[in-house]
Amino acid sequence: MRHFLRLLTVLVMLWGCSSSDNGTTMSDDVDPGPPSESFERRPMLVSWADNIIIPGYEAFTDELDKLQSAFDDFKQDSNEANLVAFRTAWLNAYLMWQRVDMFEIGPAENVGLRLNVNIYPVDFEKVEQHVASGEYDLTLPSNRDTKGFPALDYLINGLGDSDADIVSKYNELASKDNYIAYVEAVLADMQQLSNTVLSDWKEGYRDTFVNNDGSSSTASVDRFVNDYIFYYEKFLRAGKMGIPLGVFSGTPIPENVEAYHKGDVSKQLFLEGLDAVQDFFNGRHFTSSTTGEGLASYLDALNALKGGEDLNRIINDQFDTARESVNGLGAFRTEIEDNTPPTTMLQAYDEVQRAVPLLKVDMVSAMSISIDFVDADGD
Amino acid sequence: MNINLKKYLNEEVEAAPLAVFRIMFGLMMFLSIVRFWSYGWIDKLYVDPQFFFSYYGFEWIKPLGGYTYLLFALCGLSTIFVALGYKYRWAIGIFFLSFTYIELMDKTTYLNHYYFISALSFLMFFLPANAYFSLDALRNKSAQYQHVPAWTINSIKLLLATVYFYAGLAKLNSDWMLEALPLKIWLPAKFSIPLLGDLVHQEWLAYAFSWGGALYDLAIPFLLLYRRTRIVAFTLVIFFHVVTRILFPIGMFPYIMIVSALIFFDASLHIRILSVLNRLFRIGKKHFNNGKTWSHNSVVLKKLTQGILVLFFGLQLIFPFRYILYPGELFWTEEGYRFSWRVMLMEKSGYAQFKVVDGETGRWFYVDNTDFLTQFQEKQMAFQPDFILEYAHHLKQHYEGEGLRDIEIYVESQVALNGRLSKPFIDPKVDLTKQKDSFKHKSWILPFTDDIKGI
Repeated sequence: MRHFLRLLTVLVMLWGCSSSDNGTTMSDDVDPGPPSESFERRPMLVSWADNIIIPGYEAFTDELDKLQSAFDDFKQDSNEANLVAFRTAWLNAYLMWQRVDMFEIGPAENVGLRLNVNIYPVDFEKVEQHVASGEYDLTLPSNRDTKGFPALDYLINGLGDSDADIVSKYNELASKDNYIAYVEAVLADMQQLSNTVLSDWKEGYRDTFVNNDGSSSTASVDRFVNDYIFYYEKFLRAGKMGIPLGVFSGTPIPENVEAYHKGDVSKQLFLEGLDAVQDFFNGRHFTSSTTGEGLASYLDALNALKGGEDLNRIINDQFDTARESVNGLGAFRTEIEDNTPPTTMLQAYDEVQRAVPLLKVDMVSAMSISIDFVDADGD
Repeated sequence: MNINLKKYLNEEVEAAPLAVFRIMFGLMMFLSIVRFWSYGWIDKLYVDPQFFFSYYGFEWIKPLGGYTYLLFALCGLSTIFVALGYKYRWAIGIFFLSFTYIELMDKTTYLNHYYFISALSFLMFFLPANAYFSLDALRNKSAQYQHVPAWTINSIKLLLATVYFYAGLAKLNSDWMLEALPLKIWLPAKFSIPLLGDLVHQEWLAYAFSWGGALYDLAIPFLLLYRRTRIVAFTLVIFFHVVTRILFPIGMFPYIMIVSALIFFDASLHIRILSVLNRLFRIGKKHFNNGKTWSHNSVVLKKLTQGILVLFFGLQLIFPFRYILYPGELFWTEEGYRFSWRVMLMEKSGYAQFKVVDGETGRWFYVDNTDFLTQFQEKQMAFQPDFILEYAHHLKQHYEGEGLRDIEIYVESQVALNGRLSKPFIDPKVDLTKQKDSFKHKSWILPFTDDIKGI
């Protein structure tokens, strides 16, 4: 037995020396594998939070502040020039919203930010009732379709056929105070919710998000990727294109395009959303050309091990194809209203759709992310 | 050979292993039911969904609404009776029926280990597991037996051995052995588990687990049967199942298998276990040690049991090979995949979008699957052809109820298998309402363009 132990010790020592001979370091804690093979989720979460999500919300609340001051000018002097400036500020904020729409997790999920700032179509009859009565509680779930960007769309673009008509509404003695008060209430509601989300991210949730860096179905990456794909499928693909196109109902519903009353910006809003999705996929820092850790680099790292298809390139290519075909369209509202069936827009929709299985099947499968939260047993 | 076989069947052996197995089985099943209930899964899986996927030929088995809880209660209650050995034949019969009914209610939740429980409880119905150390035997002296014929214990070993060995055979394919798939996909996501977490990115670990797993499954029945390797084998059983428990969400299965493997040990171990229980509960075990040997009450009953069990095991051995009768890649079509101990072999997921066409007007639209299915059901549906067909028929029924006529239903689907890029799965030009489910090959599954070699 003693001989055996001695032999074992010698063997272990020999093995230890020989294995460190061909290495350049004697350190015990060195990662023995090629560095490209392992991918840390935590730095990705840090980059998402610090370089994309929080800067995104900061920019969004800034845009809402600018929207507020544009409105303040319009309120002071409700003329056409101020209406145009107010409208521009509205569109800028709406575009910025497309950059943060997909982050419906944590604080945004708690306050239901998306449900509260961008439920469309707006119920403009109910808006008119609110305006006329002056009695409304915008925090009620039943009033979600009377506020947010879609309500502003109606109040800025839909009150009349021309800017002169619209401005006149804000100058008629009978209605002007009520309209001004309503816009004010809608803006206040949006700002309050957005500020809450931003401050929650900065004060606490950022760390919660980053520290939950495991790999269960409740871990940040798993949950966030689910939310991200859900956004792409339900809100970008279906909400902005599929539903107004009628692909789920059989008949086109042009009134359901985003910013219906403005009429000619829904394509722009969609494309901003698509850019946001692709930038997020590539881990691109907010308003910067720098790319950090993200889904694309995660896929590359996994692929280094698995040696399969280059999903990063395939998904980016599909986003590009989708963008190209949507770019070729006219305004969504006219595409749908003027063509029966709206063939070219349906074809563009198909290209947008083609990214869904790539994200939902290929990417999720490669990352071993569970697509649902049913924690039922496996085999 | 003949003598050997006779020995395995008819030799008189101690009944203690059977009694221990019965008690452990009852307790494990009780815990499983309690666990399932406490997680709220009865509601989530069997009450909340508005549609359930049936097995071919078992369409009449559906959840019972709120009464589903009663079914689970009955099933749970029967496990206690089984453990106590009280009205054992009734209890195990009710357990088999209620458990199997539960599993047949929705094939979304199909798991090999549920099938294993059904098969095992079916077998146990024919075994005198209440002959020793049971309430039945305690209450009725004439039902007490110290010995049983060896086949009653060996049949359990045979079933366990089949499960392991067939699970091992199923791993002998090029994806598992040569590519270390799907473990190469699954392991890197397990970076946060203790000890192994830092290694899961290493390619060699995926290969080690793949080869180790296949070797384990193929060898473990023999290592457990052979007395000199039994202790090592049991250590391996514990190690293997604990590792799988850490890596994958497989619920109670590892514990059930570890406990079941005790059946391979000599009776002396079981006698010791029962002695401990005897002391704890002051049962008076010596009553049971009467030297009597259990046998069937009548020759007819004996012949009948023999016939049924020969059929049962024959089926167990042949059924997993039925896939040979189907063309195409088994992992892709899944024709003959279930009920064959193919455990954790695939990372497969899919996406299926259904297009409903009104034949009268030509109007068409896509279905939002979440209107009909839970996320879990949608996920399972999207990569299994029989699910896709059944769902399409359900959609037809639903939209006919809404007044649509001459409905045609098409599906656009993509499926990814073991890290391959997703490919179209079902022929999008085939009207699924015109297709019927059967055991025949489903010609509307598009071909798998790659090749997986092996069993």
